[in-house]
Amino acid sequence: MALQDVLAAIEATPVAQAIAGSAFLFPTIEVIHVAAIVLVVGTIAMLDLRLLGFARRDQGVLELSRETLFWTWGCFIIALITGALLFSSAATRYAGLWAFQGKVLLLGLAGCNMLAFHFGAYRSVSLWNTHLPPPPAARIAGGLSLTLWTGVVICGRWIGFL
Amino acid sequence: MAAMRDLVGWIETTAISTDIKSHEWIVPAVQSIHILAIAVLMASIVMLDVRVAGFTRSGEHFERLTRRYLPWVWSALPVLLVSGLVLILGEPERELLNRFFWYKMTMLATVVVLTLLIQRSALGSPAQRLDQLPAGRRGQVRAIAIVSLVLWFGIITCGRWIAYA
Repeated sequence: MALQDVLAAIEATPVAQAIAGSAFLFPTIEVIHVAAIVLVVGTIAMLDLRLLGFARRDQGVLELSRETLFWTWGCFIIALITGALLFSSAATRYAGLWAFQGKVLLLGLAGCNMLAFHFGAYRSVSLWNTHLPPPPAARIAGGLSLTLWTGVVICGRWIGFL
Repeated sequence: MAAMRDLVGWIETTAISTDIKSHEWIVPAVQSIHILAIAVLMASIVMLDVRVAGFTRSGEHFERLTRRYLPWVWSALPVLLVSGLVLILGEPERELLNRFFWYKMTMLATVVVLTLLIQRSALGSPAQRLDQLPAGRRGQVRAIAIVSLVLWFGIITCGRWIAYA
């Protein structure tokens, strides 16, 4: 099945039809999406700024990541589900927008960066947990993450203007 | 309401308002900055308020918590006010003649006072853990934190709803 057919099939689902046909559902889901995203980005930024050595210097990286992880992942799952619902309501249109494509690309890159950090510098975190400044690999991961997530927010907001 | 309509009409004639309108990228760019500042503010607010509200472990020093989180809130607020002002100047009718904008402003004014109360309460109890506060005060700050959380999410809801009302 070609991508266009998949997108059309998504739009034809009862859920997508209900969201597209209701003046109330789309904004309600969007509010939940925005509330979840600001918490995802805000808690990730906390950890990124610590990895850069700029903020929360009184806490170790391990301590801080344990504190933020629950919020980051919990809210990310909510953002993903609500995002998928919003997308379904006009899948063909969204898929063609540069801002949507950019958002997905940046999310993918942010995911790769996170994995690279997790299986790289983070494995030895106990050795540099409280070091200031943190090792270069940690600072690079933090800087990249902050940049990529800023891009995700900008692209996400731009979708509404295209 | 008539006075507000006059104000909107006047803003629309100003050079800065027409400048903002004539560049299509300004409003989405400023809205992006607005959301990023909300992210900074909300992450700190949630971390602080869920603890003060007693939803997660409260064996932490009250004053240390407010010193850790509230500076982010007080730094993000001016960014939000300035970016919000640019959005009002660019689209005065969309904001000022919208009841959800005024709900949002009312909740914002209230929650700023509540957050200051939390801060003052923390400064008044140095080196005390949240679970060691006298029962009366503990109950008071818990209630303030719960109401604050509801108001902050109410602000986000009304903010997004401005686009639909």
